[in-house]
Amino acid sequence: MSTPDVATRTRVISFSKAVNEALAEEMRRDERVLILGEDVAEAGTPFKVLAGLVEEFGTDRVIDTPISEPGFTGIGVGAAMTGLRPVVDLMFGDFLTLIMDQLVNQAAKIHYMSGGKLTVPLTVRTTLGATRRSAAQHSQSLHAWVSHVPGLKVALPSTPADAKGLMKTAIRDDNPVVIFEDKLSFQEKGPVPEDDELLIPFGVADVKREGRDVTLIATSSMVQVALAAAETLAADGIEAEVIDPRTTSPLDDAALIESAKRTGRCIVIDEGHRRYGVGAEMAAVVADGAFWWLDGPVRRLSAMDVPVPFSPVLEDLTVPTAPDVVAEAVALIRP
Amino acid sequence: MSEASARHDAASAGATGREDWLRAYRQMQRIRVFEEHANDLYLTARMPGLTHMYTGQEAVAVGVCETLRREDTITSTHRGHGHCVAKGASLDRMFAELLGRRDGYCRGKGGSMHIADQENGNLGANAIVGGSAGIATGSALSAKRRGDGDVSVCFFGEGALGQGLLYEVMNMAQLWKLPIVYVCENNMYNEYTHYDEVTAGAILDRPRAFGIHVEHVDGQDLRAVRAAAAELVGRARRGEGPSFLLCDTYRYHGHHVGDIDRAYYRSKDEEKSWRTERDPITLFTAWLVGELDVDPAELEAIEREVRDEAQAAVTFALDAPYPDESEVDQHVYA
Repeated sequence: MSTPDVATRTRVISFSKAVNEALAEEMRRDERVLILGEDVAEAGTPFKVLAGLVEEFGTDRVIDTPISEPGFTGIGVGAAMTGLRPVVDLMFGDFLTLIMDQLVNQAAKIHYMSGGKLTVPLTVRTTLGATRRSAAQHSQSLHAWVSHVPGLKVALPSTPADAKGLMKTAIRDDNPVVIFEDKLSFQEKGPVPEDDELLIPFGVADVKREGRDVTLIATSSMVQVALAAAETLAADGIEAEVIDPRTTSPLDDAALIESAKRTGRCIVIDEGHRRYGVGAEMAAVVADGAFWWLDGPVRRLSAMDVPVPFSPVLEDLTVPTAPDVVAEAVALIRP
Repeated sequence: MSEASARHDAASAGATGREDWLRAYRQMQRIRVFEEHANDLYLTARMPGLTHMYTGQEAVAVGVCETLRREDTITSTHRGHGHCVAKGASLDRMFAELLGRRDGYCRGKGGSMHIADQENGNLGANAIVGGSAGIATGSALSAKRRGDGDVSVCFFGEGALGQGLLYEVMNMAQLWKLPIVYVCENNMYNEYTHYDEVTAGAILDRPRAFGIHVEHVDGQDLRAVRAAAAELVGRARRGEGPSFLLCDTYRYHGHHVGDIDRAYYRSKDEEKSWRTERDPITLFTAWLVGELDVDPAELEAIEREVRDEAQAAVTFALDAPYPDESEVDQHVYA
């Protein structure tokens, strides 16, 4: 668990502040780190997550680019291959579609294709998540697309502490990493250890709540949905365990399987689309590894397989909610 | 074109000595002979996959790379053997890579279309047309931050003019005054289609739209390419920003080795005239003998040495082991 030991002081800060601190600390520590993206400097991005960085590090290291996602991502790849450690800021996760060649054909493969001689220590910071009334081209959760590609690592922080620790790890990793932040999480607050070396290892799941009756595997902001559901379930006498893989690549298969074996029931909650998604992969991992310990089928709660609609009435139907999770858990435990 | 030639005579005569010209000659021969063997290895089914011959375009890679330092970086294309040789690679490890052997530059994992030679600044061939424009420009960003005067060269064919990425990164290179030379090798054919059919306007108007300095040379004239490259690389080293070098050239073979029947997109007469009238090695040989008083026997000796080197390199590669099966999942992550 990432729960800090008693000796570590913590502060309650926002998710946004945690990301900002991670970037600032890494830029202070290592002058090879720089940020490239649209409106990252004086604007500090539309979400203001990078506010203050250009004042400290200057426009040579916090670099406003034209609206040219493939171009500045490609420049990030080349800079990473030649000694820098760029953080490419991709304003919306939907724009992954624009940079797929640079990410998938270039960044992900260069280390392998060169027989290990070239490395691409690149971090791509982007978003996921619906229900901001942003409609179909600014609301997608496309983390499955990049999780599918060998050579990329993918991180999905769900708390301020994870946001900070995963970002710092991403920047120090020698591989291309895509880190997804849920746009709705930026104002969420939580305890963050006061530690300049708050590095959360990739491929290590975190149990956000312990329980014996059902395992809720949840990613990104779905962790908060699962925790809310667990509260409701507890009032009904059902103890849910909430486990957050934190990275989908690498994926902590063993931790997910072990939890499912212990509870005998498993629901995967992820905001990507249901078909061929991250949830499907994790459900398969659990079904494969914990089959003989399970008392029922592994269930999935995901975004509906529709483009995200604009109308709030429709949009809210498309993503899993805490009541959905409660209903699914109850149905699984008391069929 | 005449401008660049004139500048060549003025600018590089003093800066370039006999040894430099003979090294350039040797490098062109090494590319020519390398490709002869590669073609033969492919046609005799000893080389797997697919490959694209650089034959005919030697003066471009050599003319440009002769002006570079080892620390300068290049990015290359699917037609990349020539760039790799010109930037300093050894033929034995190149052949080993083409044959998928352990001793290849990429331990056999890249092959013809992905050869990289980091030690000599070759950041890799690229099988996505125009795909390396970002990488080359990013390398120039690194060089600018280091402030050590290193330069990045992005080689691409005229087919890459159809890719939006190129314009995005040229825009940023000019905005940020990055030390990069974009070298467009116009061999006239986007695979099997003449570039005229798919290219609106004048090629040089495109970099000019960004305010990028341009030069246009006969890519079959080693001295012209070298002179123009020396000027543009010098500009980049001095912090004067990016430039664009357009080289008119020709590939003697098809788009790839298996592209044998080409009559539907270009004539045999056209191919013959480039080979007989505009061959870069023949033209340069004539200048070396006629103007520099090099004894033809000396050039023949160089060619023999190159042939011996290449033959030994092929033997080395054919004898090299394949990678151990345990390597299949190595190097996925650093």
